[in-house]
Amino acid sequence: MEKPVFSEKKDTRSGFGAGLDVLGETNKNVVALCADLIGSLKMNNFAEKHSERFFQLGIAEANMIGVAAGLTIGGKIPFLGTFANFATGRVYDQIRMVVAYSNKNVKICASHAGITLGEDGATHQIMEDIGLMKMLPNMVVINPCDFNQTKAATIAIAEYEGPVYLRFGRPAVPNFTPENQKFEIGKALKLKEGKDISIFATGHMVWHAMEAAYELSQNGIDAEVINIHTIKPLDKEAVISSIAKTKCAVVAEEHLMNGGLGDTIAQLVVQNNPIPVEYVAVDDKFGESGKPAQLMEKYELTTETIIEKSRKSIQRKG
Amino acid sequence: MTRVEELQDIATQVRRDIIRMTNAVMSGHPGGSLGCADFLTALYFDIMDIETEKFDIDGKNEDLFFLSNGHISPLLYSVLARRGYFPVSELATFRILNTRLQGHPTNADGLPGIRMASGSLGQGVSVAVGAALSKKMNNDPKLVYVLTGDGELQEGQIWEALMYAAHNKVDNLIMTIDYNKVQIDGTLDEVLSLGNLKDKLTAFGWDVVEMQGNEMSDVLDKIKLAQTRTGKAKPVAILMHTLMGYGVDFMAGTNKWHGLAPNAEQAEAALSQLKETLGDY
Repeated sequence: MEKPVFSEKKDTRSGFGAGLDVLGETNKNVVALCADLIGSLKMNNFAEKHSERFFQLGIAEANMIGVAAGLTIGGKIPFLGTFANFATGRVYDQIRMVVAYSNKNVKICASHAGITLGEDGATHQIMEDIGLMKMLPNMVVINPCDFNQTKAATIAIAEYEGPVYLRFGRPAVPNFTPENQKFEIGKALKLKEGKDISIFATGHMVWHAMEAAYELSQNGIDAEVINIHTIKPLDKEAVISSIAKTKCAVVAEEHLMNGGLGDTIAQLVVQNNPIPVEYVAVDDKFGESGKPAQLMEKYELTTETIIEKSRKSIQRKG
Repeated sequence: MTRVEELQDIATQVRRDIIRMTNAVMSGHPGGSLGCADFLTALYFDIMDIETEKFDIDGKNEDLFFLSNGHISPLLYSVLARRGYFPVSELATFRILNTRLQGHPTNADGLPGIRMASGSLGQGVSVAVGAALSKKMNNDPKLVYVLTGDGELQEGQIWEALMYAAHNKVDNLIMTIDYNKVQIDGTLDEVLSLGNLKDKLTAFGWDVVEMQGNEMSDVLDKIKLAQTRTGKAKPVAILMHTLMGYGVDFMAGTNKWHGLAPNAEQAEAALSQLKETLGDY
């Protein structure tokens, strides 16, 4: 395996902003809403260029969900943006009734997800959001891995009719997937073919999965890396066919172990082909203040942990 | 027969439907449904410009209505059916397994006339604000109406929506508050007082019209008055004075019947006070 490379480090939220800019030019039905976090969500350009289609809601997220749902009546496609904590947990019942149950074409775009939010600490670092959102019937859950993919996903979800949760983050991370890629909702991406273990990763952890696969390859272990950018609907075929070959797996995500991608994959695995599965995720803990990289280290969301758990998973299959 | 009398007759039949629907399944919320029957009848049979034959969720170039206090679904279903959105016979399926007439309204089963689920309180005004903004963007001159309970105003989200609508001059919107001053656990003042509600609404930047919600002529006059106040850079509120349970003497003016269905004997007593004007379903 070649050593994985990236062009530059960029934040995924800027990918969202770039995607929204494109939609501003290409889709007149797209409207955007924000709850006093325009700069953090990188919505400045859209807000300036398309002021007639931009809504500043103030610090009132519950109202923002309802207004977004109402805007769909008449054909608008609302993209609402705020921090992941305030876009999910704070407004769960609102999303549940007027977005998911009412099956409205609302795009919930959540930045600063996970522990890499950093210094603001546990009050703002939500690591339960994937679980909360994937439990809602009708809700599509997407967690792209880098700037390019987040931009592509943002553009793609405008074409999909129905509720979507799009999760992205704050820090600059390696931008390594192709520019102007086509994003297909629900289609997992095999980034590296392998036969010894399947590494399923989502969001910021996909890059670490690639690094881990490289390190493992230097030690004679041939890992398969699959980028699960869409957690729901899960690309079941991709998971089942990969584990049929490798017979063991690791799931890596910047989320709690409870309720995350790991749960979804484990469910599929036990129903189809029970094999060892190891988790790289946070085990039933809140986060804390610190620099994103320090937090990823302390909470064991690293390349090294993926390597260690991969070895363990391989050992367990015997 | 005058127009007012015609509408009163429809409202009386709607009240019969409410009693019969809730009695049939021994569940549902007759109190608020009865109290708002005159208002919703006037809105759907006289005031709103609507398309009942080919229901379209976007409702472009139609007036729109959202029910925020979704528990008064028996009223909404009766009015929608009587107005022609779906067969009146379907009222017999209220709250029964596999029905489109769910305990609280939903668009999930494609019931014509329903554009959004409601029932978890405090959300309908936000939805109506969004729909009103959508109409403005579409250069659609029609209005958006929303009905909320008064106890529902204890939900904080309502005040977020009120603030937003005033700040953004959402003036193609008429919010009606069912001001019966009663909620499940007692009166508003016993449970959690709203204080001077009219002053609060005014302070939040809304233009307020007061209305006697159980007097059909006043209902017509005041909704029309409210219409004349739209388009003037302020959202419009109708503070609708009603009696919970109005129309049935032993159900009126009490919290007892908020969420309690009448049994056979009580239903018979109630129906004896409500003339069958359009024919029962």
